Amino acid sequence: MCMRKIVAFLLCCAVYPVCANDSPHLGKPAPQGLEKAWNGDIFPNGKGLPAGSGNAITGKKVYTQYCLSCHGVDGTGGSAEELAGAKHGLTDNPPDKTIGTYWPYATTVFDFTRRAMPLNAPGSLNHDQLYAVTAYLLYLNHLIQETQLMNASTLPKVKMPNRNGFINQYQAR
Amino acid sequence: MSEENPVATVAGGGLLDRRLFLKKGLVFSALALSTENALAVVNNAPRPPWTAKPGQPFSNYGQPSQYERKTIRWTMGNAMAAGNGVSCTPLQDLEGIITPSGLHFERHHNGVPEIDPAQHQLLIHGLVEQALTFNMADLQRYPMTSVLCFIECGGNSNAGWQSKPVETQVGYFHGMASCSEWTGIPLRILLAEARVKSSANWLIAEGADASLMNVSLPLDKALDDCILALYQNGERIRPENGYPLRLIAPGWEGVVNVKWLRRLHLTDQPVMARNETAKYTELLPSGKARQFSFVMEAKSLITQPSFGHKLNAKGIYQISGLAWSGRGKIIRVEVSADGGKTWAQAQLQEPVLSKCFTRFRIPWHWTGKPAVLKSRAIDETGYVQPERAELLEKQGAHGYFHYNAIVSWEVTANGSIHHVYA
Repeated sequence: MCMRKIVAFLLCCAVYPVCANDSPHLGKPAPQGLEKAWNGDIFPNGKGLPAGSGNAITGKKVYTQYCLSCHGVDGTGGSAEELAGAKHGLTDNPPDKTIGTYWPYATTVFDFTRRAMPLNAPGSLNHDQLYAVTAYLLYLNHLIQETQLMNASTLPKVKMPNRNGFINQYQAR
Repeated sequence: MSEENPVATVAGGGLLDRRLFLKKGLVFSALALSTENALAVVNNAPRPPWTAKPGQPFSNYGQPSQYERKTIRWTMGNAMAAGNGVSCTPLQDLEGIITPSGLHFERHHNGVPEIDPAQHQLLIHGLVEQALTFNMADLQRYPMTSVLCFIECGGNSNAGWQSKPVETQVGYFHGMASCSEWTGIPLRILLAEARVKSSANWLIAEGADASLMNVSLPLDKALDDCILALYQNGERIRPENGYPLRLIAPGWEGVVNVKWLRRLHLTDQPVMARNETAKYTELLPSGKARQFSFVMEAKSLITQPSFGHKLNAKGIYQISGLAWSGRGKIIRVEVSADGGKTWAQAQLQEPVLSKCFTRFRIPWHWTGKPAVLKSRAIDETGYVQPERAELLEKQGAHGYFHYNAIVSWEVTANGSIHHVYA
């Protein structure tokens, strides 16, 4: 624990009337497999990406079946938000925020789709379908070729135009 | 003192001393209606029906009066997915600082999960010496504390960015902010039990809803004042507010107050989830976007009177509103009745708590002339709530999140109230 955290920890003990010493220590060692089953976090460097692969050609089929009714033809939006097909940029009025113009990491597309989509049956797409539909969304945004295979190795390498578009506002105390 | 304005004003537009109502007798001897008739007792007069027969029996869980059924959350769900959207707290109908649990605003990404607490557990893993799970029954044995704090969605008040002032009640406009007593376990106690490694700087919190909503949070904040809440306003958290376990990060935007909490992943970096990249980031005129702008800056608004209310007669009104800051305590709220030319200090209702709704009030004598009411909050760091033009100058009009500009209500000569940019 670095000094900053030690100070923060001691400060908390002073502020709150309860302290770790009061803890009954009832946490149980996490069962084998639980961490693996629950940890779906996928990081920008690709850490957490599962095995599997797919390209935009198969991805279009997945999209048409599971996504199109809300996100519209070619990802241009519907009852759910626009994902592709930006007509203008981020400094225009109004700005057009799509995966292609705004999202800084391609890995986030896979991560979010796996955890939350499709809304009526989240968790129902297999990893090949997820890689494929991710490839299709990147293809619609002109970021990869239609036949380019997305997998744990290629997805983190996709160059996102807005990769350096964010300014971290958080200042650690 | 003129005949029209019998009490001395402290600022333009008829604002009166904030302590006026506390100075017993002054107002009432000078201005209040005679109460003689109202108090007159006539023997053997017919009794009101509710005094002439036994009342209703006991109830297992109390409900609001049948005459208050208009005080509800306004729900705005996606037409294609009923559980994706928001509902708003009707701030214009409420007083004090605590939001009733059933009126706390909601933001769900895919509905309210019906979690069986007997099957729910919390996993703490990643950069810890020992990954641990906790069941809900065991968590009840941990030391607990209460935090009275507001939770405000980062997207609250976003209609304020629009070029024309939205004409709607306060709740629809600013009601993605609510305030509760949250009771639970300081997060640092559970982190200490798992023994966080020195390489950890962030934690990723994940909910057990149908979107497995996740977001990254700096470890500093977790060790500072976050709690894992089991209770809201004294009872177990309502399902729509995170039952059975919710991460509370006082003063920080709503999205990091993860509901239905099931997992805390200690890491050396943020995960760059959709809700910290594509959403909850504020695009600036430069084309760059603010990210990890967690703190909800100081804000205030007048809830009485406000859009939808009507002043039916000249005379004294009590202006009442809410102020809050994610950086600490509100130290002052100033109110203007002349569109910001002059300001008077409002009375802050005790207790004034850090990162909590603070109720302010000031009496106002309305002479029947057009007026523009405003409030501005100042917090203990010295931060002053900005005018709308200042905010737009600094951040442009396309940030969507973190809108905290001063709100202006125009009172017309006929007593109706409108939202204006002034």
